[in-house]
This record gives sequence, structure tokens and C-alpha cells, in this order.
Amino acid sequence: METGTSRVKRGMAEMQKGGVIMDVMNAEQAKIAEAAGATAVMALERVPSDIRAAGGVARMADPTIVEQVMKVVSIPVMAKARIGHIVEARVLESMGVDYIDESEVLTPADEVFHISKNDYTVPFVCGAKDLGEALRRIQEGAAMLRTKGEPGTGNIVEAVRHLRLINGQIRKVQNLSKDELYHEAKVLGVPYELLLQVAENGKLPVVNFAAGGVATPSDAALMMELGADGVFVGSGIFKSDSPEKFARAIVEATTHYKDYKLIAEVSKNLGTPMKGIEISKLNASERMQDRGL
Amino acid sequence: MKIGVLALQGAVAEHIRSLEAAGAEAVAVKRIEELEELDGIVIPGGESTTIGKLIRKYGFLEALKEFSKQGKPLFGTCAGLIVLANKIDGQDDAHLQLMDMVVARNAFGRQRESFETDLPIKGIEEAIRAVFIRAPLIKEVGSNVEVLSVYNDEIVAARQGHLLACSFHPELTDDYRLHAYFVDMVKEAAESITK
Repeated sequence: METGTSRVKRGMAEMQKGGVIMDVMNAEQAKIAEAAGATAVMALERVPSDIRAAGGVARMADPTIVEQVMKVVSIPVMAKARIGHIVEARVLESMGVDYIDESEVLTPADEVFHISKNDYTVPFVCGAKDLGEALRRIQEGAAMLRTKGEPGTGNIVEAVRHLRLINGQIRKVQNLSKDELYHEAKVLGVPYELLLQVAENGKLPVVNFAAGGVATPSDAALMMELGADGVFVGSGIFKSDSPEKFARAIVEATTHYKDYKLIAEVSKNLGTPMKGIEISKLNASERMQDRGL
Repeated sequence: MKIGVLALQGAVAEHIRSLEAAGAEAVAVKRIEELEELDGIVIPGGESTTIGKLIRKYGFLEALKEFSKQGKPLFGTCAGLIVLANKIDGQDDAHLQLMDMVVARNAFGRQRESFETDLPIKGIEEAIRAVFIRAPLIKEVGSNVEVLSVYNDEIVAARQGHLLACSFHPELTDDYRLHAYFVDMVKEAAESITK
């Protein structure tokens, strides 16, 4: 009997496919998310848009919040650790969190090194905005990926950019010869063996979700259409007018992402989505996607 | 012969790949109309609360019961096992209530307790590699249910006539023997239905 194997960690993410993982800040929100059909919840102290508004250093949530969320739902509970913060990750693992997000939404603890995620029994999800970042995170032990997008903006444009880029790069490497692949591995800064695997299979070896800007059912469906395996919704649900309705509608639109009549139906009378931010209005220091390369 | 994989949420592509490797034609199923052309169906692993809600939302609760009534085989893995069960331990409601068994959700603990192991299964010659992820257990079975596999004295695979269920994920390995077992069940059922 073996725990924490790559198959067990990656397999856990496979079971999330076609699902919606929702950010929640307390037990009550976690219950709303579960009742709406979320496949997992991300327990946080503040959703990304509030982290943006508050400024300062964003850290791992108070363990009390994570514990309370774990107590009230039977679906998996995820939580965020700062990039490179070995101890926050070990603390979350010791609490029995089901998945850790080593996340650029929090202020990085280390500007050079990511956590060596292969050393943990708990699986990790990491953000990526191109194939180089994706494969470096997998090499470090990430068992699941998500686009970085631009968290807390309610603007889907960056998530679209990242998913299109990664999938385009995968298609490109499929057509490279062996000598070109050696060079490409060097350019991307990734291990050749991992790149070869992607070139041969035409896909990443782990599940890749969309994240960072999903605000409406149509946004979720768009990301599925573009090839995401599922969707993370951060601020989009509990910063909207009617979280329960938004949550249910996003779950349905993710399942039936090609059924446009259904998406029209579930999008009716949802009220106002989160306000959102135009990306060009962000200063360089406010761009979370540039953290952890 | 065509086998569907219920594609509301969960590991659909892996089951399709495994069924095809076991010699069947396999398709993803999102609407009840698509059940008509099928000879059998797999209810995959995923989150049982999510799958349970979507099954109700889109009319699969009645449609799958009817599918079973026609004698067409169903195979539930992990969350799918929970969906097939008559009773879920500690809960008042259950889903399809087709198999005479009581199941416990997340019976091994949280994700850090998830594991893989070699597991002997009745009717399959050598042990298969079984991957358990936040897996459920079968706590009790009725007299009409045949126990196919036991791990640490707990039931992890069972069959009741044309219904098959397991706690683990045969679709996450390259060993297709349990899928082949199900494909044989579907073949037999299809022959007897035509007769």
C-alpha cells in the first residue's frame, strides 16, 4: 500500500474534471458552494479581489477558517500557501487539507524557489501562463495546473491568453523534430524528457483548469470550449449579487458548455456580476501573474 | 456494441480510453436521449454530490433506473458506486438506489490517506493495481450481491446481476481487465435482451 504516489495525486485532480472549484471565506459560503454542485472549495481568508483592494502582504488563511470549512463540507477542501513557503504548505498538509494551491494570489515568500512539491503526500496545484511555467511546476511536483489569468479582476482576457498560449505551444512541439525539441527545451527552460512526453501525447501529463478572471457562466463555458479541464471561480461567485444563483449557473454552464440555449437559460436574471477591472489599468506591481515564473 | 460514460462531471476520457482498449465502442453521454443507443453505461469517478445533483437536474435519475430495468448493465466506479447504492451511510437520501448495498463516503479519510495497492478480484486471474482516491467503501450487501473484492476486511468491489461497482479507479491504470469484465457483462446482457 502506497500513499502520495504521483498517480494518486494526479488522479485526485482527474476526479475534479468538468467541475467548478469555488473560493469560499467561511463555513456558510462553503455550504452554499457544495449545495450548488462545486466539486471542491478553496478556503481563503479573502477572495482575490479583496486581497487586491486591501494591499499589503497576503498570507495563508487563518487555520480556523480552513478547519471550519473542512468540518461542514464532504467535498475536497483546498487552501493556498505562498509561493516557496515550505512551512505554510506543511501546516496545511498537517491539517489534512486535500489539495494545496501554491499561489501567486498570495504575496510570494520566495522570489527564486518554488516548493519542492514531490516531497509532500498532499498534492499541489500551481498556476502557469505558458508551457515553460507549466512544465517547471510539474517537474517540481505539481499534480494539477491552472491558468494564472489575472486573479480578482473578473476579466477573462488573461486566462484566455494563457490557455490559448499553452495549447498553442503544445501543438507546436508536437511538430518538432528531435533536435528541435532539444533546443525548445532549452528555450522554455524545461526538462527535455517532460517536453518529449508532451510532444508525444499532445497534452500535459496533468489536469489543467482555467482560473483568474471567470465571472459569468459564459466565461466558464468559454474556458471549457478552449480546452480547460474545469474551472476555478475566485471572486466571481461571492462578489456577485446573488452567489447561490451564480454558483449553480456556473456549474451548469461548465457541464454543458456547448449547449448555448441552456447557458442562455441559466444566465437569465442573475443580477450584477462582480464589477471587474480593465487589465491595462493595473500597475506592473499589481499584476499577480508575473509572480513565480 | 456501444457503451456510454456518463459525462456530467468526472474522469470521463479515461473510461472511454479503457473501454476502447477492452474492445468496446465508447461514447460520452450528456443527455438522456443518448441512452437509447447504448448497451451499457459507466458512471465514472468524480464528486458524488456534484454528479448526484446533475443527474437529478437533467432527468437521469428516472432514465437510468429505466435503463437498468431493461437489463442493460451499469458500472459505477468510486463516485459511481455511491450513485448506484441503495443507501449512503449517515445520509437520508441516496441516488439511483439500484444496488442492494450500504456505502460509506470518504471511508478511508482525506486525500493524504488516498493510496494504491495490488488487489485480487474474483473472476480476474491476477491482482490488479487499484487506485483509491478519497474512496468509498461498501459497508453491507444484500444476499443477492456477490462480493468481488475485499481490502482489509472491507468490501471494495461487488456485482449484483447486471450491476457492477468498485471503490477504486480501474480507469487510472493501463490494466483494462476490469473494463473487459464489464464489456463481457454488456455482451451477455445484449444477447439475452435480443433473445
